[in-house]
Amino acid sequence: MRITVTVDGVNYSDEVEPRTLLVHHLRDRLGKTGTVVGCDTSNCGACTVHLDGRSVKSCSVLAVQADGRAVTTVEGLADGGELHPVQQAFHENHALQCGFCTPGMIMQAIDLLAEDPDPDEDAVRHGLEGNLCRCTGYQNIVHAVRDAARRLGGTR
Amino acid sequence: MTAAVEPEVGRARRRKEDARLITGATRWTDNIRLPGMLHLAVLRSPVAHARITSVDTTEAVRLPGVLEVLTGADLAAEQGSLPCAWPITEDMLAPPAPSIAVDEVNFAGEVVAAVVARTPEEAQDALAAIDVDYEDLPVVLDLTAAVADGADLVHPDLGTNKSATWVFDSAEAGTGGDATAAIAEAEVVVERTFRQQRLIPAFMEPRSVVVDPGPDSATLWSATQVPHILRWMLSAVLGIPEHKLRVIAPDVGGGFGGKLQVTPEEVLTLLVARRLGKPVKWTESRTESMLSGHHGRDQLQRITVAARRDGTVTGLKVDLLADMGAYLRLITPGVPILGAFMYNAIYKFPAYRFTCTNVFTNKVPTDAYRGAGRPEATFAIERIMDELAAELGVDPLELRRRNWIRHDEFPFTTVAGLTYDTGDYEAATARAVELFGYDELRAEQARRRADHDTVQLGIGVSTYTEMCGLAPSRVLGALRYGAGGWEHAAIRVLPTGKVELITGTSPHGQGHVTAWSQIVADRLGVPFEDVEVLHGDTRVAHRGMDSYGSRSLAVGGTAVVLAADKVLAKARTVAAHLMECSPDDVEFTAGTFAVRGTATSMSLGEVVVAAHVAHNLPDGVEPGLDAEATFDPDNFSYPHGTHLCAVEVDTETGRVVIRSYVCVDDVGKVVNPMIVEGQVHGGLAQGIAQALFEEAVHDEGGTLTTATLADYLLPSAVDLPWFTTDRTETPADTNPLGVKGVGEAGTIASTPAVVNAVVDALRHLGVRDVEMPCTPMRVWKALRGGAA
Ligand code: FES
Ligand code: FES
Repeated sequence: MRITVTVDGVNYSDEVEPRTLLVHHLRDRLGKTGTVVGCDTSNCGACTVHLDGRSVKSCSVLAVQADGRAVTTVEGLADGGELHPVQQAFHENHALQCGFCTPGMIMQAIDLLAEDPDPDEDAVRHGLEGNLCRCTGYQNIVHAVRDAARRLGGTR
Repeated sequence: MTAAVEPEVGRARRRKEDARLITGATRWTDNIRLPGMLHLAVLRSPVAHARITSVDTTEAVRLPGVLEVLTGADLAAEQGSLPCAWPITEDMLAPPAPSIAVDEVNFAGEVVAAVVARTPEEAQDALAAIDVDYEDLPVVLDLTAAVADGADLVHPDLGTNKSATWVFDSAEAGTGGDATAAIAEAEVVVERTFRQQRLIPAFMEPRSVVVDPGPDSATLWSATQVPHILRWMLSAVLGIPEHKLRVIAPDVGGGFGGKLQVTPEEVLTLLVARRLGKPVKWTESRTESMLSGHHGRDQLQRITVAARRDGTVTGLKVDLLADMGAYLRLITPGVPILGAFMYNAIYKFPAYRFTCTNVFTNKVPTDAYRGAGRPEATFAIERIMDELAAELGVDPLELRRRNWIRHDEFPFTTVAGLTYDTGDYEAATARAVELFGYDELRAEQARRRADHDTVQLGIGVSTYTEMCGLAPSRVLGALRYGAGGWEHAAIRVLPTGKVELITGTSPHGQGHVTAWSQIVADRLGVPFEDVEVLHGDTRVAHRGMDSYGSRSLAVGGTAVVLAADKVLAKARTVAAHLMECSPDDVEFTAGTFAVRGTATSMSLGEVVVAAHVAHNLPDGVEPGLDAEATFDPDNFSYPHGTHLCAVEVDTETGRVVIRSYVCVDDVGKVVNPMIVEGQVHGGLAQGIAQALFEEAVHDEGGTLTTATLADYLLPSAVDLPWFTTDRTETPADTNPLGVKGVGEAGTIASTPAVVNAVVDALRHLGVRDVEMPCTPMRVWKALRGGAA
């Protein structure tokens, strides 16, 4: 099947097999290796991207389902040299160690902040429940998301 | 070059590593695509113990895109046996460990065939077309049953399921008295059996290997913690000349000991790439990772403590059964031995006896997992100290105070023969008690007990120490480990004054690039930004022993210091020559060499240029300022700390909620407090996960029933509490940085703190133990007097 997907602002038109998952299309065909695969049961969230502005686990979406739609990955967040406030907050708050969960975590955090611009600790933890991190114990991730909320002007 | 103003060491420097990790500009092994690259996939045994009667690959080889289908028989001559570097006793039994099973499978998940195809999908399709016939053999799973008379055998050729028995006795070693006698004569004896459940390291990045066989020499990329060990072992096992093999660990997404291994898949990828003369990639699925990557823990611990009525401990005896799984991997047999020296912990036991029997079962091999042997030891001793306290009716902290090594007693040689250099258990405990609000929580606990509240409060204590900075090579030699424990660093000073630091450590999340830059910046007086840290590529970092065992800073960081000091010593000679004075009169501060008592000075940058152009060097001095150093420690380092955990246990549902968690760790001097705190957090998460959530479970046939992240419960953000962390500081004496190591502390300390809290919440209701993980079901059963 031929599909056309806009990824990080660039239009791509490709022939794909119906069984191809979006994450594999992104990684293997489009070279968007910033998005990673951590599991085979949709539990880890490492593959999280935005599809038309909302977060999805790209391992549980078929490439063909993205036809005609826009995907944003972690690679499309920085504006020129300027990091997205959530990226900046992850860096400042040491919210990553090995960094493997980080692309998914950042994409999910952005989605969470779009829903709730000033989440308390509990809301952050619940909002990130579908994203696993083995390194950080989550505390600094919670810090980072709350800090990003401030950076984005969510705190009154 | 400008002088650094504020010292770098001690600063919470934001990490250099982050830039690529937060933007997706990463280089995971699975990202690598080489021209003409093929894909390897492996077929795994669905059964735990069977004879392979036939493998039919005729259909698979005919499928589109399939280049090769290989069985154990095809590779029997070349695959060798996977290495075990730690034969703990002279007569240890070790079965051959093929990468592809040849005629017998010994655990579910063992490789039985391999396919190389043009795409991963074609390789998977071909796996499905391979037909393997198995003739079932009896499956050995239970540790106790495995060592009983007449037990079914995992490896009948060996005639037993016991691989080795290792004993330490303080009376024999001359480090203490006779533990058996101490127990026989004791006023109080407490004995318990604890089960260390099997755990899965579950690093987030699945393992992946890419091999470019090259025309002349091969390059292997692997998601590994140990590129140097891997290169050495692969060349030894496969007979590939070591200088014809380059190993690279690119970005590696966590390890926790789980990537401290030489795996069947690394061997196979290398073999098939060389056979076909084409680049080949293998990447595992999460399920494969859980099934076939080595597991951790899995021990049965019988521990006996003897004491006087006043609480003074008089003897300690430990009997272990340790599950090896089906084969001995890299350090499988040595993991329990790493714990042997830690059971006596921070206490002044006068007599100690430790016996460990290593046992084969039809399960995936065990090996290092965060803490490796030391969490098991700490769990058992900290649990039983709480039990002894309960038996004597004293507060668990008070019991510890009566027995621990006082700060003025360091250095202290323990009953296990280690010499603890420095520490202050009193200070860490006092700080933790204060942050925790210990007395208030005890008061609340008493109230809730009196009120028969359905939700009870429990307080758990863990005052741990650990041996880190692995390891003095001589000690490793005495323990029959096959390698050394030193670490290497090299510094290249470039003509423009920029610095390349090459380290033999292999970070995979720990932030060495940042921390090592801080050390070099301070030592040489160059800006943090001017230091580039190179690692994880055997062609660049040609010597190294890699990263595990909280060794990188204490051992590798020290090598960095020593290399920097050599650079400076040479620079001083050159500067003295150029300033026409004696090297003894040259002072070096913040990047500047000055002649004492004069206005004459030179910047390091000027000396670098002079050394590089070599127009005017002292006689016999070689151009350049490069230097390298290897550090082999004389002793381990001994971080310690006090962890306090408060849990609320719902006595109706068995649900455990951590209400507060306080830890005060003494990891010696700190290079980067932000990184240290991150390590503590992550360690706590894994230790708490052992206490409450995680367990690798097998069914009766030996199939792992927790082979996905849906079944094996890694804690998510909602499952973990807010951690209150603090530090006390007694610098280590065993290295010039004064550092002790922090990678494993949180994991080692937290498991017993949590379980002690759970038991403490329910002790007045008759509960004496809850087996890990303390799930609602287990807690509920323990409350009803059933098997915990
Ligand atoms: S890869 Fe794990 S949820 Fe998508
Ligand atoms: S930073 Fe390693 S998994 Fe999250």
